[in-house]
Amino acid sequence: MSTATVIKPFLRLSGLGPLVIRPETNFVNVGERTNVTGSKKFARLIKEGNYEEALSVARQQVENGAQVLDVNMDDALLDGVQAMTTFLNLLQSEPDIARIPIMIDSSKFEIIEAGLKCVQGKCIVNSISMKEGEAKFIEQATICQAYGAAVIVMAFDEKGQADTKERKIEICHRAYKILTEQVGFDPQDIIFDPNIFAVATGLEEHNNYGVDFIEATREIMRLMPLTKVSGGVSNLSFSFRGNDHVREAMHSVFLFHAIKAGMGMGIVNAGQLVVYDEIEPELRNLCEDVILNRNNDNNQATEKLIAFAETVKAKGKEEKKDDAWRHTSVEERIKHALVNGITEYIDVDTEEARVKYSKPLEVIEGPLMAGMNVVGDLFGAGKMFLPQVVKSARVMKKSVAWLTPYIEAEKQEASNAPTILLATVKGDVHDIGKNIVGVVLGCNGYNIIDLGVMVPTDKILDTAQKENVDIIGLSGLITPSLDEMVNVAHEMKRRGMKQPLLIGGATTSRMHTAVKIAPEYNEGVVHVLDASRSVTVAGSLLSKEQKTDFLDTIKTEYTTLAEDFFNRRTVKEYIPLETARTQKTAINWNEFQPSTPQFTGIKQFKSVPIAELRPYIDWTPFFIAWELHGKYPAILADGVVGKEATKLFNDANALLDTVIKENWLDATGVIGFWEANSNGADTVVVKDGAKKVNLEFLRQQIKKAAGQPNLSLADFICPESEGKKDHIGAFSVTIHGIDAPIKKFEAAHDDYNKIMLQALADRLAEAFAEYLHAQVRTKWWGYVKEEKLSNEELIKEKYVGIRPAPGYPACPDHTEKYKLFDLLGGEATTNIQLTESLAMYPASSVCGWYFSHPQSQYFGVGKIQQDQLNDYTVRKESTTEIMTKWLRPILE
Amino acid sequence: MDIRKELEQRILVIDGAMGTMIQRYKLQEEDYRGDRFKDWHSDVKGNNDLLNITRPDIITAIHKQYLEAGADIIETNTFSSTVIAMADYDMQSLAYELNVAAVKCAKDAIAQYKEQHPEDTKPKFVAGAIGPLNKTLSLSPDVNNPGFRAVTFDEVVAAYYEQISGLVDGGADILLIETIFDTLNAKGAIFAAKKYFRETGKKELPIMISGTITDASGRTLSGQTLEAFYTSVAHARPLSVGLNCALGAKEMRPHIAELSQIASCFVSAYPNAGLPNAMGEYDERPEDTGHYLEDWAQEGFVNIVGGCCGTTPDHIKHIADHVKTIKPRPLPIVETELN
Repeated sequence: MSTATVIKPFLRLSGLGPLVIRPETNFVNVGERTNVTGSKKFARLIKEGNYEEALSVARQQVENGAQVLDVNMDDALLDGVQAMTTFLNLLQSEPDIARIPIMIDSSKFEIIEAGLKCVQGKCIVNSISMKEGEAKFIEQATICQAYGAAVIVMAFDEKGQADTKERKIEICHRAYKILTEQVGFDPQDIIFDPNIFAVATGLEEHNNYGVDFIEATREIMRLMPLTKVSGGVSNLSFSFRGNDHVREAMHSVFLFHAIKAGMGMGIVNAGQLVVYDEIEPELRNLCEDVILNRNNDNNQATEKLIAFAETVKAKGKEEKKDDAWRHTSVEERIKHALVNGITEYIDVDTEEARVKYSKPLEVIEGPLMAGMNVVGDLFGAGKMFLPQVVKSARVMKKSVAWLTPYIEAEKQEASNAPTILLATVKGDVHDIGKNIVGVVLGCNGYNIIDLGVMVPTDKILDTAQKENVDIIGLSGLITPSLDEMVNVAHEMKRRGMKQPLLIGGATTSRMHTAVKIAPEYNEGVVHVLDASRSVTVAGSLLSKEQKTDFLDTIKTEYTTLAEDFFNRRTVKEYIPLETARTQKTAINWNEFQPSTPQFTGIKQFKSVPIAELRPYIDWTPFFIAWELHGKYPAILADGVVGKEATKLFNDANALLDTVIKENWLDATGVIGFWEANSNGADTVVVKDGAKKVNLEFLRQQIKKAAGQPNLSLADFICPESEGKKDHIGAFSVTIHGIDAPIKKFEAAHDDYNKIMLQALADRLAEAFAEYLHAQVRTKWWGYVKEEKLSNEELIKEKYVGIRPAPGYPACPDHTEKYKLFDLLGGEATTNIQLTESLAMYPASSVCGWYFSHPQSQYFGVGKIQQDQLNDYTVRKESTTEIMTKWLRPILE
Repeated sequence: MDIRKELEQRILVIDGAMGTMIQRYKLQEEDYRGDRFKDWHSDVKGNNDLLNITRPDIITAIHKQYLEAGADIIETNTFSSTVIAMADYDMQSLAYELNVAAVKCAKDAIAQYKEQHPEDTKPKFVAGAIGPLNKTLSLSPDVNNPGFRAVTFDEVVAAYYEQISGLVDGGADILLIETIFDTLNAKGAIFAAKKYFRETGKKELPIMISGTITDASGRTLSGQTLEAFYTSVAHARPLSVGLNCALGAKEMRPHIAELSQIASCFVSAYPNAGLPNAMGEYDERPEDTGHYLEDWAQEGFVNIVGGCCGTTPDHIKHIADHVKTIKPRPLPIVETELN
């Protein structure tokens, strides 16, 4: 089915993330400032034991674009092992630094090994060599390999450090053979440092060091193409200490040539490199002569560079940089600032450009983009490095920030903010999630038209067309709403509408959107996971530049999802309904003595005090409604959201205090019990006085392991054939009274308290159901005589018996709700209305069946097959069309 | 009995949870103590590895159930059999013996199974399980002192070295470094294994490596991405690399898909039986686990499959049935030249 993948022989390193060095990888910058021998500041901090501050040096290197971090603690006055251990251990707890690989740098192997013991990622050891002979070299390499590190091998043998091209190549090649043939190293884990020595020292024998390195690099990479060449670049310009201007130019020129020859990484001061093309031509030529040892008979080139360096020095520090570029055109200046990463003048220059061009946007599309294109070209050509590009981006951002207010002001003049229409679809009364999305989008500058709940398709689409909205967002919580959304999408296509359609709400999913809704409408259908995601989605959809790409991406993604869905549908095996019925839950009815409830018929609970329900609240879903994820009470102490969660929790309880004190809400509940028996074919026959009501249940049809039952709720009621009288119960609870306070909150633009009250009412309804169920178990039905359960145990459903609701996984047919409400006395007693989609109104309502048998359990029916659909349709005395509509979520 | 040859032919099945099965026996303090530790000075109930010595009958019986269910590889009951983890019960000195005894239980189970099922000619393998330790090398247990470590690399290496010597002496066929949530601990185990085989000159056992992605962020507990994790342990030249624990199959799928693309060795996966439900129990049905893993096999993601927490012989049976006719993931082509 699948073909073998191909693994390329690249050097792969890791910190918290991976770093793969591919042939096309330009040049790997190794940050050098965390080195006590190279950075006075770092050395001081380590000696003072100020590791906190020392970490900030590391962070700075990463921010400036270092891809690997070199750490060196070689100082006579330091305990190197201890300093390396302490620093690296601390560094591991800083994810923004630890994300890149570490290069452990020491001339003492014990310090290297101490470092290797602290780092989980794949490191580079810098360095080992054959200076103490082959045996030692092999021993150290073997240890490095046991820690899984790549190694830098310095071109150094028993005779000393290699200086000529030939010696460099010879030593590296010898080391390569030993490592790959005797130690078992992968070639790609070997990096050579063929020694960068100082040039222009005045000694003629040093003049060719640059050329020796570059040419040796070329040959090493030809001979051993999987390895890398690295080096410490700053050695090169050692003789120009104190003259950074010349040193930086030398480094750039050297790297330009060495990289062309194949040098793949280098230890550099990330953030302090000039761009090759930007070096003044005279200096660049002089550097080139010195490094390539051209025109250098009798040290001529060296002398010239030294002379030039003197003039730079003589100019002194006040006139440090050439300001000639300040006299060019504004476009040139912006380009110069971008390429060189200079932020100093960018505001002034941007303002000048803004005045010059007719629209602020043209400044971005014109000179700024032109400058960034140059940066891109230079980077691609190996003439600019990542740290410099990071600086360029900073200049770009600063300039855009200057322009942004002008761009926005213009937008205001041209047209008003985009408008987004939100609605909960027909038949559904839930709108907390939709309200949160509305608030979040509103905060982000969009106009929101919220049509509320139970909105028919026509009303949604008429309003959208009349108000000419930019986006339509649909919400829904119960399963029938999914079909309603398909319907809206279908209708939008028929009307030839153009607005993108957003889909959200608890039962919606990316999969359903991809498979069912997206195919109905071509102008863009996007599933939005949560409110925070809605802002970026709306942004992408309303941006002319991004919209097409964004929708194309979504479309491809959804097409793949849909294909996967159809391909994978056959994965599960199902069995015929008749077989499934032979594998009922094994209950020994002989041993079971059904309890008889205190009454049959119904009992109403009016105006139950909210204060009594309060202790039964399960707070975890409350936080989820607010998109704070975590379990109560742990969430209150959560590192990330704890503070917000605590605040929310306190506010909720304060509001609840007011609700109770001022009697805002009214709780009505009804319970009922009836004699009932099952008939062996998934029907429970209920005796309601003289009347008989058939409750129809569905059965799992997925193929199970031998001995595992195919469950149906009907299994938990005693079969008539057993000759025992059993009972079934039902309940409904509802919370009335939120409408008036919500209107008040709306008038005061207080969305926070509006959503809070809705969420609380939902929790109270659930708490009420829990409260009644406890009473039913111990008192009204009394099948459990003693029960001591904490609220937590209630939430975990540790009680005996269950209370599943029609429309939920164990009995997914919503239409059985009609029977449940009829049995409970209808709207007159329950105070609940059923919508055409069988949502309950008020939204804060819960209903369900009661089962008392100790083996009864919650489960999901899962998908059912055609045979069960046919059987069920007959039992329901309905038509295939109607039942297909209601059972669609569980049909294949 | 070359496991590599087997892996090229078919998908091998590794067993399911040991702890879940032990729970079914509802053992009490006295069961754990047995005769030998009846006067031990601290409670030992819950020290499941101790049962290798005090109730080998139970451990062997559980192994055997997994063999009956179709497991090709059974894991020794040695998740915590190290001097470091045994400190919880003050039983540090038992570490070596526990490992030897555990391998014996596994081998006994195979012998019994083979005797009763002469028709099953397929080889069975004992994987010496090397757990993650209860102390970690990359994380500080003290929030106020992020540089602090409760254990040193050398201590970790010493602990694993002893465990490995017990497993090898007992006769394990494979070393399985599993449930890795801190890569540096795993590197300690790899280091110990390399050191052990180097120093004793014994034939190196194949190493299986199995990491743990702890949540939807796709990272290990110590913060590494999957690719970074694999890069950090690839030097073990493992027989297989894979994932186990923390996630159910549904959540693990994208990570296994990724791993199958980057691993140059065989790929293993043994997820939990779903995510724990509100009661902290695993309730994914065996047939569902079987379906998920069949999908992975069809996609060519895996070479070794099985179960972790909450899985039972029933799960393993479903998994084995579902993957038995599917071709294993072919080993990647590891190029040694740039082209």
